[in-house]
Amino acid sequence: MTLERSTYLTLLLVLGGALALAVLNQATDAGSALHVPTYVIALAGKYLCFAMLALAVDLVWGFAGILSLGHAAFFALGGYAMGMYLMRQIGTRGVYGNAMLPDFMVFLGWHELPWYWHGFEWFGFALLMVVLVPGVLALVFGYLAFRSRVTGVYLSIMTQALTYALLLAFFRNDMGFGGNNGLTDFKDILGFNVQADFTRSALLVVSALFLCGQFLLARFVVQSRFGKVLIAVRDTESRTRFLGYRPESYKLVVWVLSAVMAGIGGALYVPQVGIINPSEFSPANSIEAVIWVAVGGRGTLVGAILGAVLVNFGKTWFTGALPELWLYALGALFIFVTLFLPRGVMGLFARRRKLAPEPEVETPATAAAHEVTG
Amino acid sequence: MNVGDTLLYLDGVTVTFDGFRALNALSLYLEKGEMRAVIGPNGAGKTTMMDVITGKTRPDTGRVVFDAHTDLTRMDEPAIAALGIGRKFQKPTVFEPHTVWDNLLLALAGDRRPTFSLWARETPAERERIEEILVTTRLTEARQRRAGDLSHGQKQWLEIGMLLAQEPQLLLVDEPVAGMTDAETEQTAELLREINRTRSVVVVEHDMAFVRALDVKVTVLHEGAVLSEGSIDHVSEDPRVIEVYLGR
Repeated sequence: MTLERSTYLTLLLVLGGALALAVLNQATDAGSALHVPTYVIALAGKYLCFAMLALAVDLVWGFAGILSLGHAAFFALGGYAMGMYLMRQIGTRGVYGNAMLPDFMVFLGWHELPWYWHGFEWFGFALLMVVLVPGVLALVFGYLAFRSRVTGVYLSIMTQALTYALLLAFFRNDMGFGGNNGLTDFKDILGFNVQADFTRSALLVVSALFLCGQFLLARFVVQSRFGKVLIAVRDTESRTRFLGYRPESYKLVVWVLSAVMAGIGGALYVPQVGIINPSEFSPANSIEAVIWVAVGGRGTLVGAILGAVLVNFGKTWFTGALPELWLYALGALFIFVTLFLPRGVMGLFARRRKLAPEPEVETPATAAAHEVTG
Repeated sequence: MNVGDTLLYLDGVTVTFDGFRALNALSLYLEKGEMRAVIGPNGAGKTTMMDVITGKTRPDTGRVVFDAHTDLTRMDEPAIAALGIGRKFQKPTVFEPHTVWDNLLLALAGDRRPTFSLWARETPAERERIEEILVTTRLTEARQRRAGDLSHGQKQWLEIGMLLAQEPQLLLVDEPVAGMTDAETEQTAELLREINRTRSVVVVEHDMAFVRALDVKVTVLHEGAVLSEGSIDHVSEDPRVIEVYLGR
């Protein structure tokens, strides 16, 4: 497999950047000019997790034409699976000191651990669920939707409904996932204190490794013959049928893969931000992820990572300086990119050989409109 | 007629859209190795007939039998394509972001499952076959060009090339020379005759000069049924045909 320059550069920046930050946090004194404070480590880790979500969105939107407005649901499910493991690690250190039950269950007056919480005390089991829960949900949803040839706006609305339904479900206390407050007050991950600088630095590096792995996997998929069929399905679905391809199988494979990627992103996100609650399912989160991809450049993979990091960096700065204006700024950014950078930031490097043959549709907005009208 | 020589047999096929009978008990035989031209005024049911054969539209009544024993009305598009029925659309439909080469590669007969295509590598046999088709369709020079950048005529040819790559037993070709120059039209007729040496072909066409140049049996459709059938001279002298089609 040959790697072009943008791929090398991406791997180098993600891995090198994460390692450099981690080393500068661990090996320097707090007073040193080179010291990277721990909050920066946590932020960078969060950005990389969002980049995994963006990569997942780009894989289905950029290459299969499935405009998912509910991808944050898979991210959040992966996050909850990890959160459940972290809750079980608290043990007797909770406020109520109950060895079996997380605090919120004691507070609700429950006496037994619900059946679906069993197994999460084992890290391996939690990891399996991080992959299986989003994967199986995507499999069932995708099988039904793609087999019935639901496309365009109808599919986008269904993905919104999916994440909204999960939002409402996870809000309920009797679901057993902490309701409104979600899961928080984590203590340990694999025996390491999640609050410790070392753990945070390690999580950042692990996130970078997973992001790079997902990037290479996505790149392999879109450059294979499978990826070429996928692009054909994106632009001219009915033609592929008359060639003997089954678009629904292609979409299903990439859809499930994408959901699992998003789930892994969510699982790495939770220990780094220290909380997972139902707001992660809010439809706005999924829409934001689509904007990251549009800003970076749809159908480029690299652009998804770039867009996620850039927009979230902007969000961090903006919500610190002018918190009430953030949503306006995000909207303005989307309009600006649509008008002036139709192929996103990656479009600025247009001379470089493109990873994906560019979509016929020009701007993210017209692309979305195109998918919506079928 | 010997049943074994029939490749495609439409038997009393009726298709209704909101009360409108697009096909009205249409019956039609196509022999193995035959090339057939189908003509008829707009709304005669030519495209609907193609849709029924390729599985896009399910008929209300009637049977479509392929190769003596397969009923196509029970199958969907990919299954019918896999049986060996290829279709070229009126508007050239190629995969525009892909190169000419990749378009042909995706069309080549072979395993269509994701589990195969994820790991598939171009084989020497595949390359050889693509080279052959490039020569046949005169696209050798354009192999690395984006299909979307081709001229209209070249796109038509690429689509015919993709059909060849599928190695179908039966080709359905919808208005192959629409929008082509005279020279391109001539070359297309030649190409179709070439293809017909090894495969059966059904050509739907408006261009009478082109149909005449093909010099094959002609079926005239009108209001979803066969109005007349025979040589081009025979049908053009048929008073009913003159009435509804040629006379206008």
